Amino acid sequence: MSTTTASAAAGAAPVAKKAAKPPNPARIRRRRRLAQWGFIAPAVVFMALFFGYPLVRNIVMSFQDYSPSTFFTGESPFNGTDNWSNVFNDELFGKALWHTILFTIGSLIGQFCIGLGLAVFFSRRFPLNGILRSLILLPWLVPMVVSGVVWRRILDQDTGVLNSFLGTIGAGGDTPWLTSTSMALISVILVNIWIGIPFNMVILYGGLQEVPKELYEAASLDGASAWRTFRSITLPMLRPVITVVLVLGFMSTVKILDLILALTDGGPADSTQTLGTLTYQNSFVQLDFGAGAVVGNILILISAVFAVFYLRANRNEGK
Amino acid sequence: MASTVRTPAAPTRPTGRPKRRWGAMVFGILVLCVMLFPLYWMVNTALQPESGLLEVSPVPHGLDLSGFRSALSDQGGNLLTSLAVALGAVAICLAISAPAAYGLAQFKLRGTRTIVFGTLITQMVPGIVIANALYSAYVDLGLVNSYAGLMLADASLGIPFAIVLMRSFMVAIPREVIEAAEVDGAGRFRTFVRVVLPMSRNSLITAGLFSFLYAWSDFMFALTLNTTDDVKPITLGIYQYIGAHVGDWGSVMAASVLSAIPAAVLLVLSQKYIAAGITGGSVK
Repeated sequence: MSTTTASAAAGAAPVAKKAAKPPNPARIRRRRRLAQWGFIAPAVVFMALFFGYPLVRNIVMSFQDYSPSTFFTGESPFNGTDNWSNVFNDELFGKALWHTILFTIGSLIGQFCIGLGLAVFFSRRFPLNGILRSLILLPWLVPMVVSGVVWRRILDQDTGVLNSFLGTIGAGGDTPWLTSTSMALISVILVNIWIGIPFNMVILYGGLQEVPKELYEAASLDGASAWRTFRSITLPMLRPVITVVLVLGFMSTVKILDLILALTDGGPADSTQTLGTLTYQNSFVQLDFGAGAVVGNILILISAVFAVFYLRANRNEGK
Repeated sequence: MASTVRTPAAPTRPTGRPKRRWGAMVFGILVLCVMLFPLYWMVNTALQPESGLLEVSPVPHGLDLSGFRSALSDQGGNLLTSLAVALGAVAICLAISAPAAYGLAQFKLRGTRTIVFGTLITQMVPGIVIANALYSAYVDLGLVNSYAGLMLADASLGIPFAIVLMRSFMVAIPREVIEAAEVDGAGRFRTFVRVVLPMSRNSLITAGLFSFLYAWSDFMFALTLNTTDDVKPITLGIYQYIGAHVGDWGSVMAASVLSAIPAAVLLVLSQKYIAAGITGGSVK
């Protein structure tokens, strides 16, 4: 048995091992399996610690009383469903939920439609196509906080370039993009659409390349219009990819924190507060981790529903 | 499914006459200009310091590098912190996910399907939820305000993605190749290092690239798992900058430019891996 250990560990001295001892198939197989698990075990442990544990811990925390003093005394007594009822009775929760829905749906529609349009456009053959297509990825690669900060400057009511541009062409130019309660959420959505376009475009473009060319040839022989071809061939053939794009877009949008903090810090007057920022506010600003955990759990619940869609779509992708 | 990493394919539909192609190119350039305008504006503003309370002119008059100078002196350390944390996260990420991807792709073990399933699920756990629970655990373990703590947390951003991506690659390695290596007397670990890893080079690069970008861009763990200035990545530095320096947009934007450089460099140097990563990590 020491021989198998040696071969698993160092891979040396291979010839001698077979003759050394009478083979014990069951034991060898067990050894072998153990060595194989050695490859997978670190990842399993890591994911248990960094994903499994937080999931469980959040549920427990949502029934515990955390206050700023908890971190000195170390005491966080259980308080039943107090956190849950506090959160649900706070009108900010309803607001944040509503903002999350608007933010997510608005972002998804914008990102997807423009992304799809660009994907179709870039499927044409023209000079510089490849270079332009890859440079468009930049906004998606830049840290989100940085994008937020840059847009904060652009959208500044008095000195921002957007308003001065709109003023020049005579289209207003005095919009309080980030400072009015009615505009702030719209502005945040617009910026997030800008961030999401490249991602949507790349995946949809990839999907478009998989559509068999013959279908388009047949359609053009039949004299189908461009719109008809798009509706009857492109869209149906893209369906699996579209599902994946939308679900992934949903998962990443619903939890966004960086962008909103950089643009508005959740303000003005909580008009851009979402479930993500509310979790952060509760836990790390007010140091009420119990309340933060409640909102976090709701966020997980929403994500879980869509995770089911994702896995369905993923399975349909085949293997 | 095996074609995760590929050079960008030539566009399929050869439409139109030359004239229309040039028209499309012009439109494409226009789209790019609109999409990249904010990034241009970032550079432009960075070159016009002391412009905080004024409108910014469309092009910088002469190059004024004082914004960059003050950004470097204020944020230079944070840039190095980001670099250290991101490289550490990449190392952890690859060390953990490459063997796992191989194991999940090639070994017939019971429970691997469940693990693959779990890996997909973990990609969907909101980061703020992880931070919420991790914070108190980090307090107990003394990992708050530590490089190791932030590296580990940032590695969690890349690990599920890296496993899924590399696994879809390693599934395609023919069993005979691995068996041949083992017959030649290589142990399992040696086969992995000498045969499997080199064959999966492209997916390793893609996974490493993305875990670097994730860790470099991370703001949430930096914000929540640090209570002092001991470990402050550039993203957190910039966020605190806008709180403190609203008047000095030149420096803020210069810091932003510096923090965006890795993304730009990586995109130019390895665009095919980036495109492969975006599609490969998601459609799989």
